[in-house]
Amino acid sequence: MIPLLIGIPAVLAVLFQVIRNEKARGYVVYAGAGVLMLTTVIFIWRWIADGAQTWTFYPQTELIDHLMTVGDIVLMCLIIYLSVKYKKILPILLTVSQTALLLYTEFTAEVVEGPHMMVDWLTILMCIIIAFIGGFICIYTVGYMKGYHAHHTDVQDRQPFFFSMLFLFLAAMFGLVLSQNLIWIYFFWEITSVISFLMIGYTRTPEAVGNSFCALWMNLLGGLGFAVAIALMAQIYGTVQLTDVVQIGALLPLMCLALAGMTKSAQLPFSTWLLGAMVAPTPSSALLHSATMVKAGVYLLIRISPALAGNLVGIIVSSIGGFTFIMASMMAIAQHDAKKVLAFSTISNLGLIVGCAGIGAEETVWAAIFLMIFHSVSKSMLFQSVGAAENTLGSRDIEDMHGLIIRAPKLAYIMGIGIAGMYLAPFGMLISKWVALKAFVDSGNFVLVLFIAYGSATTMFYWTKWLAKLLCYHIPRQKTQDLTHRDEYVSMSFHAVSMLLLCLLLPLVAVGVVNPIVRNLFGNSTDVLSMSVLTTMAIMLVSIFIVPVVMFFISRRSHTELVPIYMNGINEGDNRFFRNSYDEQEHLYLSNWYLRREFGRGHLRVPSIILAAAVLVLGFCLVIGGVS
Amino acid sequence: MKSIVFVAAYLVFAPFLGGLLDGVDRIISARMQRRKGPVLLQPFYDIGKLLSKEQIAVNKVQLLLNLSYLVILMIAGSLLFGGADLLMVLFILSTADMFLIMAASSDSSPYANMGANREMLQMMAYEPLTLLVAVGFYLTTGSFHVSDIVAADVSAVVWMPGLLVGFMFTAAIKFRKSPFDLSTSHHAHQEMVKGLTTEMSGTTLAIMNIAEYYEMVLLLGICCLFFVNSTWWSWIVAVVLCGVIFFLETLWDNVSARVKWKNVLYSCWAVTLVAGGVNILFLMLDK
Amino acid sequence: MNKVSKSPWLLHYDASSCNGCDIEVLDCLTPKYDIERFGIINTGDPFQADILLITGGVNSQTAPVVKQIYSQMAEPKVVVAVGICACTGGVFKECYNIKGGIDTVIPVDVYVPGCAARPESIIDGVVRALQVLDDKQAALKNKER
Repeated sequence: MIPLLIGIPAVLAVLFQVIRNEKARGYVVYAGAGVLMLTTVIFIWRWIADGAQTWTFYPQTELIDHLMTVGDIVLMCLIIYLSVKYKKILPILLTVSQTALLLYTEFTAEVVEGPHMMVDWLTILMCIIIAFIGGFICIYTVGYMKGYHAHHTDVQDRQPFFFSMLFLFLAAMFGLVLSQNLIWIYFFWEITSVISFLMIGYTRTPEAVGNSFCALWMNLLGGLGFAVAIALMAQIYGTVQLTDVVQIGALLPLMCLALAGMTKSAQLPFSTWLLGAMVAPTPSSALLHSATMVKAGVYLLIRISPALAGNLVGIIVSSIGGFTFIMASMMAIAQHDAKKVLAFSTISNLGLIVGCAGIGAEETVWAAIFLMIFHSVSKSMLFQSVGAAENTLGSRDIEDMHGLIIRAPKLAYIMGIGIAGMYLAPFGMLISKWVALKAFVDSGNFVLVLFIAYGSATTMFYWTKWLAKLLCYHIPRQKTQDLTHRDEYVSMSFHAVSMLLLCLLLPLVAVGVVNPIVRNLFGNSTDVLSMSVLTTMAIMLVSIFIVPVVMFFISRRSHTELVPIYMNGINEGDNRFFRNSYDEQEHLYLSNWYLRREFGRGHLRVPSIILAAAVLVLGFCLVIGGVS
Repeated sequence: MKSIVFVAAYLVFAPFLGGLLDGVDRIISARMQRRKGPVLLQPFYDIGKLLSKEQIAVNKVQLLLNLSYLVILMIAGSLLFGGADLLMVLFILSTADMFLIMAASSDSSPYANMGANREMLQMMAYEPLTLLVAVGFYLTTGSFHVSDIVAADVSAVVWMPGLLVGFMFTAAIKFRKSPFDLSTSHHAHQEMVKGLTTEMSGTTLAIMNIAEYYEMVLLLGICCLFFVNSTWWSWIVAVVLCGVIFFLETLWDNVSARVKWKNVLYSCWAVTLVAGGVNILFLMLDK
Repeated sequence: MNKVSKSPWLLHYDASSCNGCDIEVLDCLTPKYDIERFGIINTGDPFQADILLITGGVNSQTAPVVKQIYSQMAEPKVVVAVGICACTGGVFKECYNIKGGIDTVIPVDVYVPGCAARPESIIDGVVRALQVLDDKQAALKNKER
């Protein structure tokens, strides 16, 4: 089954290079995504039927090993070629050094052979996320790219390439989460770095190229960390199994792997690349933020989290995570570009996940996994709805979404569900935050408690003002036609429904998926949340859904006379104009607060990067110096 | 059984208690200003009047959102008085506030919109402290559950005086008292008309007021948690001290002027960090 | 219990007053007169007000404003014209831009003369308006039935 999971998207990726007809391509995407999901379901079903035990595969794989070595070299050559073409030096240095290091290790170090792939609950969860969220993003892309190229006529139409990259990305992600051998993970890791680089540069504008190289070098730096970790493990301990890394718990390899994980999940000194990635077409952002790329980073960190409990590496990882959580959420306040807000919110939420993983206790990992699940669904949904809104409104500025509920109600509802899922009680994100807070207190980490207390306040601020903006009832300036394609609605509705179901079935998800993962990782699992709390949550959730609906019917019954809004009696006609002091009509314009002077990116970005980098460097120094 | 009685009592009596407290507050305020002030039952007359007025509105969703605000607040309060999880109560409390903000911004009106923005800012200002208060209770009594907190042997305030100070400081936001009554004020005039509630009239405003009473009682309930322990007389002490705290809020309301939003945010965050953070730090080191 | 006169909230609008009457209106709030005794709140918001208290005569600029504010008040509502200008236009009556008293734009229930109107007479006028308010509420209820 595993070759199928990786192979189907890879074959599809090749196929898209051949199919040039738009309609045919659409069908192939649907079919491909469908097959992928079906394969995943069958795979999971067979695994569960087998007793849901941890499966291990492929102890002897000399041929594939060699192929991967070749693959690594090919990737290196590709990076060198593109760097030379665009005259960048840093990526060349990084890629050459890490590939050389890896090759040297492979040919000199004697390592114990072990299984190269492994299936356990965490893998299964990741597979579900990749197949379903990733698959639906692909479906969404079919509709989106039509609208995108209708809008951006200056951008060269390279859709076949784009779809290839999407599916190749999924293939690489499957490989990454299924692998267990570090060299294999590294191979897929590098593929995701390169593909994200290619996708960010899709439009080939100077800005896009610059940002894509920024993403490239940062991820290559993480890759270098990964390579160093492999080399250390192979040379000193003679093993390249991920489970062994966790079992041995040597600090320096862990630190290097954590560096890799943090670059990929855009933690603070490296968060720039994720913000730059916003220049790409929205589906790639959705994919990078929800199902793939950044999730690879937190996946790795969650995998190694049992080894991080209570040691220096854990402290550094969790502090950087917590710090990222609060700083990114503060910077999000000052943004009015919807995609920027989403980017900062991704960074901030990943920060929380990383912080949880860094603590490495059962409870925190429990919370981290929950956060990951909910973040994937809502973020993917939000990106898609913002993309659709951009195609409809011609802008992705939150200010322009004033009264979206009147202008494009369906989009507004989907966006609203996504936002609510990100922070409102009793949706899933919040319960994870609740568990995380409790776990931070239990682990005695004072700074993280403060970070989460302040960070959740700032998080609430930027989501609330967005949500409020959507719900402004007013007469729109000009008629808007919802240009969203059906493909996009298919995907967004799927996400909305699964979001609501996830919330409603929260106890089941907790018991059925998250607890087994924690058990896999830690050997045992105590019930983090007692059943009674979970049921309370479910009841709450139902009431939060039901209350407004019931109130809707109650308020419908009352007779209400509609009057103009209060503008000191100087409204003109409908509520759109007022009479100014020159006795002229003036348009009413309502803006949200952005507090740019206080939370502006210009003020906070550089200090926070310096601070986080300092912590990271300090951490490396201490670990290399042998402090434990 | 006991918790059901508590919840029922809260649901039934909270608006009355809140109304009475409001009446007392108005009289005390008047006396502080050497006025006679209204009668004690004035808040009830106000609500009665509001309910009897003709329904006017600027859109059709405001009433619905306000009703949701009320009901969700009632749920939050019921959870508190039912002895459930304190953090959950706080989270739901902010969800309820969300509905109020949405009710205000659904108007698309300048004053209400500005009020809504200020309300969000106020939420951002008080939120860290409320979370820390919950953490403080957890560290002190070993549980987030209100039912466990009230059964502790020693009153929580012994361990968390700093958090109590911080709570009193930020509670002014929730009670909508000066100097933190930015979004809307109980006083007649404000620089932005009635802020958040500008477009609310009649029934809608009455609902909002009733919800505020529920919220007031909820907050005083949290305040009680600081003092209550397993002995019966601690409840009396708690109620009396809550009265004192409420009086102090009134006093503060009358002696201070409304401040700018920056002062609200910075002062609340600073107090949270100094009073709350240090308190939590000590608790963490001790436990 | 739910009589409007028990909690009349008041909206004060200056149509084109010389500010003499306005000062007197604010006087009513001071400890000496303390209209909050009657449950009166000087709210600034037509949506929440029951009594519209206007000072000064109506001119061409304020006429639409008065109308609009009046329309934004929920029934039952009363209008009190405070000061001679609000009653009839007063000394400004003949001015090119003055339309006259408030009753040229909206129906007025109570007239409080004076230049400026004394706080006592303003309070007297408002309390008289309460009676009108109750009558209107009763009429409204009957109509509903």
